[in-house]
Amino acid sequence: MPREKDGSWLVRVGLASCGIAAGGRKVYHAFKAQLGDSGLDVKLKQTGCLGMCYNEVLVEVASPRNKSTFYGKVTPDRVPRIISEHLAQGKPVTEWAIPDGEITGLLAKQKRIVLRNCGLIDPEAIADYLAADGYQAIEKAISSLSPQDVIDEITRAGLRGRGGAGFPTGIKWGFARKSPSRQKYIVCNADEGDPGAFMDRSVLESDPHSVIEGMLIAGYAVGASEGYIYVRAEYPLAIRRLEIALAEAREAGFIGDGIRGYDFDFDIKIRQGAGAFVCGEETALLMSIEGRRGMPRFRPPFPAQSGLWGKPTTINNVETLANVAWIIRHGADAYSAYGTEKSKGTKVFALAGKVARGGLIEVPMGITLREVVFDIGGGTSSGLEFKAIQIGGPSGGVIPARLADTPVDYDSVTKTGAIMGSGGLIVMDESSCMIDIAKFFLNFTQDESCGKCTFCRIGTLRMEEILKRITEGNGREEDIATLEELAQNVKRASLCGLGQTAPNPVLTTIKYFRDEYQEHIVEKKCRAKKCQALITYEIIPEKCPGCGLCAKYCPTGAVTGERKQPFVIDQEKCIRCGLCRNVCRLDAVSVR
Amino acid sequence: MVTETLVTGAPELSIDTIVHKHNVEPGAVIPVLQEIQETYGHVPPIAIQRVAEHLNIPASEIYGIVTFYAQFRLEPLGKNLVKVCHGTACHLGGAEMVAEALSQVTGVREGETSADGLFTVERVACLGCCSLAPCVMINDETHGRLTPESVSKVVSEMRRAEAPA
Repeated sequence: MPREKDGSWLVRVGLASCGIAAGGRKVYHAFKAQLGDSGLDVKLKQTGCLGMCYNEVLVEVASPRNKSTFYGKVTPDRVPRIISEHLAQGKPVTEWAIPDGEITGLLAKQKRIVLRNCGLIDPEAIADYLAADGYQAIEKAISSLSPQDVIDEITRAGLRGRGGAGFPTGIKWGFARKSPSRQKYIVCNADEGDPGAFMDRSVLESDPHSVIEGMLIAGYAVGASEGYIYVRAEYPLAIRRLEIALAEAREAGFIGDGIRGYDFDFDIKIRQGAGAFVCGEETALLMSIEGRRGMPRFRPPFPAQSGLWGKPTTINNVETLANVAWIIRHGADAYSAYGTEKSKGTKVFALAGKVARGGLIEVPMGITLREVVFDIGGGTSSGLEFKAIQIGGPSGGVIPARLADTPVDYDSVTKTGAIMGSGGLIVMDESSCMIDIAKFFLNFTQDESCGKCTFCRIGTLRMEEILKRITEGNGREEDIATLEELAQNVKRASLCGLGQTAPNPVLTTIKYFRDEYQEHIVEKKCRAKKCQALITYEIIPEKCPGCGLCAKYCPTGAVTGERKQPFVIDQEKCIRCGLCRNVCRLDAVSVR
Repeated sequence: MVTETLVTGAPELSIDTIVHKHNVEPGAVIPVLQEIQETYGHVPPIAIQRVAEHLNIPASEIYGIVTFYAQFRLEPLGKNLVKVCHGTACHLGGAEMVAEALSQVTGVREGETSADGLFTVERVACLGCCSLAPCVMINDETHGRLTPESVSKVVSEMRRAEAPA
């Protein structure tokens, strides 16, 4: 852990997107202004994401003896007391601090390789990255390893592509190295489009140099001299920090011609994705960089032979690249000590949904889903029973609570019918309807299908229509069988990963929650009370004080009544949006 | 060559300048369109024509690119852009209710611009702030941990601030 060496107090404020969204900039500026007035010897630092997103705004106060105290959900009005008591007198404000036990519980089962610097260093200062042994791996590679040595090391480490498919990285690099061409490219895929996934964004916002260094090492290994980072335009902060990092790395001689005095040239450009999920697929991504509609093409030829502008191209995901420098510095054995036989190292997950402690976590492969949800995530946020976990986003599937002991590795997750995917983990409790979730993902993939393959374009639409009518109480007996048949056809007859995996959320929910489908179709009942057509809202007269708040929010004027008398809902007008129940402070609206 | 101002009150940077800035490298059409949208708020029809002439690509192909990618808009935006997140975590956290409350307070559905031109409401797949679900991005600021009430309050306050004194 990089620490300030001069023995002063240090305050770190987490300023990745989550922290900023929670009001982090205001907290940072409150510290800045008030520390300036106080005359105290305190260093204030902006950092990226420490992963405890549920606690944003997160502030870490480190004493000169390196004792850290974390404050969660900090607001500007808490700043004066933290300064006057903790920083001026050395007495932590214990009632606002996150208990040590909670921090230990969170970190005990994690291993931070990709996230090694996240939340610790200032992502806009190359000096911080260098102080954390940054750019030592590329120096080591150019000065003492041959390109083939680098590839062998990565292969031996067992690193597999973290974008979702899990192809061995070393083998991918080997293919590109063997392709005869003077011009080759490295492309960093940062088009993180899965709803519910923010691993790549956090890494780019918190430690951009680790990805740049990974690209340099990849470039050296395959013999490429140019790289592109294809990053979503929806990530403006990640783009800005990458631009700063690239400028600093260029200034320091890590990017450009004759890097660090060696015979190795490498340059990196940023390309912004323009909002098309399919561009996460590698051939579509290349089309997009070339300035065309992002439509996937048939493989072979693979990009390693013919990629960007027909030249050999290696495409790696952000997380994959962020592993590379660590492996070169610590060696393949240190890396492969973590994980299982076929899935080495760690995996970063974005833990979200109905979980108590959501955030960004990094765990050794092979840890069980139960450990992730309960030991790290602290169980459900609602207190309701844990029902299922969605892994792999729109390409993945739903794993039920009874399979929570499934280890997190490529092969075990695939066996359940889901896929590891890029790292989205969404926890669901009893209030989540499985058919609604399947419909949600199909709606997404249907919308994002590029339209090239008929089954993906129209098959997903038909599937969505069937799911829609099931949730509306118009399901037919044959619907489950039709869905299964369509799903198989869409998988078989689609060219790229989008279509091939789009049916997974439907197939896994049918596999594990068939009774819920039956209930919707036959009994017209939604046990999660989510499907609007199958539920009724009513006001409980004994509980209703007649405040009228529900009537104010009702979009259709269905709620009426006189002040200080119980209100009533007109079922004819009610669209079952649930706003009345949501705004009621006395729990006087029931749902059946 | 057309030289008149394309959009009243538009910044100095002309379409020609934007094209020339990017045209040194291959595949420049998307960055060019992105900067045009950044400058004008949308991609005006005349811009498609001009980019086509400059880059020697059929206008139909550029139109194809603009309509393929969700980022590009052919219509001008309202004064404030509200992006309602419908990611998985937000969906589970009640994004539909937040959207419903928003449509009441702005008077428009997702994809539309309010009659007074103050708000354009858009539906987005994921803002990546899943731990703060449900969330909404208004211009460049993300608002998290929302309820139908709190989102209505934010918008009402913005509207009040805009109202003539």
